[in-house]
Amino acid sequence: MAEILKRNKALAVNPLKASQPVGASLAFLGINRAIPMLHGSQGCTAFGKVFFVRHFREPIPLQTTAMDQVSTVMSADENVILGLKSICEKSNPALIGLPTTSLSETQGTDIKRLVKEFYAAHPEFAHIPIVPVNAPDFSGCLESGFALAVKAILETLLPQQDPHPNPLPPAGEGTNVKSNVGRRKKQVNVLAASMLTPGDVEHIKELIEAFGLRPLVLPDLGDSLDGHLTAMDSSPVTVGGTPVGDIASMGESIATLVLGNSLFEAADYLKEQTGVPDYRFDSLMGLDAVDSFVATLAEISGKPVPEKIERQRAQLQDAMVDAHFMLGFARVAIAADADLLYGMARLVTEMGCDVVAAVAPARANILNDVEAEQVAIGDLEDLEIAAKRNGAQFIISNSHAVQTARRLGIPLLRAGFPQYDFIGGYQRLWVGYKGTRQALFDMANMMMEQHGQHEAEPFVSIYQRTSKNVANKLPRPLAGEGWGEGRGGLAQ
Amino acid sequence: MQAKDIAALLNEPACEHNTKSKSGCARPKPGATAGGCSFDGAQIALLPIADVAHIVHGPIACAGSSWEGRGTRSSGPTLFRTGMTTDLTEQDVIMGRGEKRLYHAIKQAVEGYSPAAVFVYNTCVPALIGDDIGAVCKAAEEKFGVPCVPVDCAGFYGTKNLGNRIAGDAMFKHVVGTAEPLPVPPEAQRPGITVHDVNLIGEYNIAGEFWNVAPLFDELGLRILCTLSGDGRFREVQTMHRAEANMVVCAKALLNVARKLQTDYKTPYFEGSFYGVTDTSMAFREFAKLLNDPSLTERTEALIAREEATINAALEPWRDKLRGKRVLLYTGGVKSWSIVSALQDLGLEVVATGTNKSTEEDKARIREIMGDKTRMITDGSPKALLGAVKEYQADILIAGGRNMYTALKARIPFLDINQEREFGYEGYSGMIELARQLALTMHSPVWPAVRKPAPWAKPGVPGVELGA
Repeated sequence: MAEILKRNKALAVNPLKASQPVGASLAFLGINRAIPMLHGSQGCTAFGKVFFVRHFREPIPLQTTAMDQVSTVMSADENVILGLKSICEKSNPALIGLPTTSLSETQGTDIKRLVKEFYAAHPEFAHIPIVPVNAPDFSGCLESGFALAVKAILETLLPQQDPHPNPLPPAGEGTNVKSNVGRRKKQVNVLAASMLTPGDVEHIKELIEAFGLRPLVLPDLGDSLDGHLTAMDSSPVTVGGTPVGDIASMGESIATLVLGNSLFEAADYLKEQTGVPDYRFDSLMGLDAVDSFVATLAEISGKPVPEKIERQRAQLQDAMVDAHFMLGFARVAIAADADLLYGMARLVTEMGCDVVAAVAPARANILNDVEAEQVAIGDLEDLEIAAKRNGAQFIISNSHAVQTARRLGIPLLRAGFPQYDFIGGYQRLWVGYKGTRQALFDMANMMMEQHGQHEAEPFVSIYQRTSKNVANKLPRPLAGEGWGEGRGGLAQ
Repeated sequence: MQAKDIAALLNEPACEHNTKSKSGCARPKPGATAGGCSFDGAQIALLPIADVAHIVHGPIACAGSSWEGRGTRSSGPTLFRTGMTTDLTEQDVIMGRGEKRLYHAIKQAVEGYSPAAVFVYNTCVPALIGDDIGAVCKAAEEKFGVPCVPVDCAGFYGTKNLGNRIAGDAMFKHVVGTAEPLPVPPEAQRPGITVHDVNLIGEYNIAGEFWNVAPLFDELGLRILCTLSGDGRFREVQTMHRAEANMVVCAKALLNVARKLQTDYKTPYFEGSFYGVTDTSMAFREFAKLLNDPSLTERTEALIAREEATINAALEPWRDKLRGKRVLLYTGGVKSWSIVSALQDLGLEVVATGTNKSTEEDKARIREIMGDKTRMITDGSPKALLGAVKEYQADILIAGGRNMYTALKARIPFLDINQEREFGYEGYSGMIELARQLALTMHSPVWPAVRKPAPWAKPGVPGVELGA
């Protein structure tokens, strides 16, 4: 169990954290034909938009209630009503996400009431679901904002009580006769946390489909932000993602797969409302994690593991054997949101690495289980200090850590948000046997590229300096005169 | 910041926006607004000052999504690239601990990073709960002996443009005039050349592009006291009042600084640009005119003749690739005409230009440069822009980064000219890079490839039309 070190300084230097409103927006971007509108000043949205545009290299629909000085002081309620109306009229979206910001929260907005007022004033837009979510940036981080939005989507779109009693008997021997569980015999819900890239989501869907099941992913960033050219030239709302109409049917699935600890609360709600049994996973990286996921799919589907997946597993095992020479005892520094930090730490420790520096931007339950002695709640300055002190050999973090890595003279493996100086990071596959294998290759290569660190210093005998043509070279000190210095210590 | 102070900043007398309508001051429309806030604008204007600790006072959203977002370069210190924020928590807000945290944050920055000065950017939440950043800065400055400058730029005060002015105002109020320039080093003196001190205001050294131009200033004996703010240093800003002439580079953003330097210190200024051969030459001529030194004028003309001859020869092969290509330009304000001359220098035809943020004077200038046939576009929505590209049969869209994916998703060549870009286009030699980037995208083999339907696609299936 890792020791959690609290934030202990007034100034955050080189922040690791991205905000809750940004995270909440991301969840809405995984819903088809949706648009999030942040309740805050126009800058909240402009920064969030640039953040995602640079990461995904995609146009990002994101609007603002544009609080100005007058509405900040007097009341911004009207801004929300006007903003919703404007979006409904102009873009006719399938869903509007409405995260608050710390500005509107400090002002004291009652966002849920405002949505009710909007419907009362504009019944013509009653068919467009609006999902309010309290997501101030003075608490949490991107990951928690994302999780709050996923829960809010479920709260808004799951039928609260069964409006259409099921004419068919339930599939299982359940006690709840009104249950719809299993009506859709092949449908599996997937709650996908923010640690998963669009590439990850795509692969997870393939794995599930390989067992003859139909995944219903919420939110489906793999469909909306995977980066593809369409016949459509431009769209004011998301192109792709979870169809809004499907969400109400989540109660009819045979099972729910919960991917990421940050979504466990949303999963509790889903289970409570629907009774669909769920299977929870903290990570899908590394042999053990993927094994338990694949075994679960076999159990749910009642089908054997397809040969193709067996082969991928065998390939991963081969890669583990190949890479363990480079990764054994490797000292790794990781800075990321909690779920990703946990998954990465578990992946590298399973290869024999030591996590010598671990930083998360905000508290989360899973941090206690991170495979490291200590986890600091902090920033990239904290990571840099710990990595330097403990002689880290590579870093896993986002693009902001480029400067950190450069100063420490060690390589960086980019993961998490944002990745603005790297093309394709948004869709990289990390999970499954396949993703794990590539991650191991990349980490092992980073270690090999730092060649020379295991080699002995060249030694030229005092009798051979002429014959070896190294006349100017100083002899290495003999035993007892500093011999062995620098071994096993800092790489620098 | 009080409402009357904001009104005063919006009412910038040197800005032509004021004579017509207060376009910069219109209230933003909820649900239909694009663009940054005052904090964004203030930070953009000042962040390039490289040896300053820039502390963003507020919860994480403001700094967290924006730090390291600038393409500006420094020739020395890199402290400006270190992101700093008080990262206020819920407890700080509820208990009113923001000021205390800020004070300790300044201490930590001073002790850990020895900055030349500390700039504190106010944001929405502390502004709303009433943190007095001015008082904290004053106390910290006295205690720690490092200049601390409050920049009161909460996002809800208004637009990015207002933020630029707040930044300029803060510099003028707290920094300009607090130090004297160093004497010109004797080894830098050359016989027959009188050194003149000048400032560049609103030059941000994006992608290091000003370094294309800087050697020419040296050659002419023009010492740049301060660039506000590209590759700037705190001490340079302190000495701005001693310049003999100022140039406002390609933006209305910091016009208030130039105007105040004129009223308080009688320093004349002009507005110009370093984009394009014609404008670069014009900028040097303007300096020579304002400084009124016959030797300088003579040397300036010689330099211009030499540089233009060299660059024109170097551009010839590029012109063959670019001649007659049709450009749709969509960008704000002054750039709507300043970049036009650069494009015309390369033989391109600008078929339409965006005038959303342009003044009447800008528009007159556009007509003067481009003729009466030029279309002016005011609607910048993706749909309208793509419609215009099609209507005017443009070969390329040149716009800010936020429109990049609008173009690319519609399979249209694109050039980014805003502040996040990776390439520098200023000065004579910058024209080569501009030409290269234009040719690179317009002649790229990817366009026909991505416009082509798959071999198995049946005619009539939805897809993009061929051609263009």
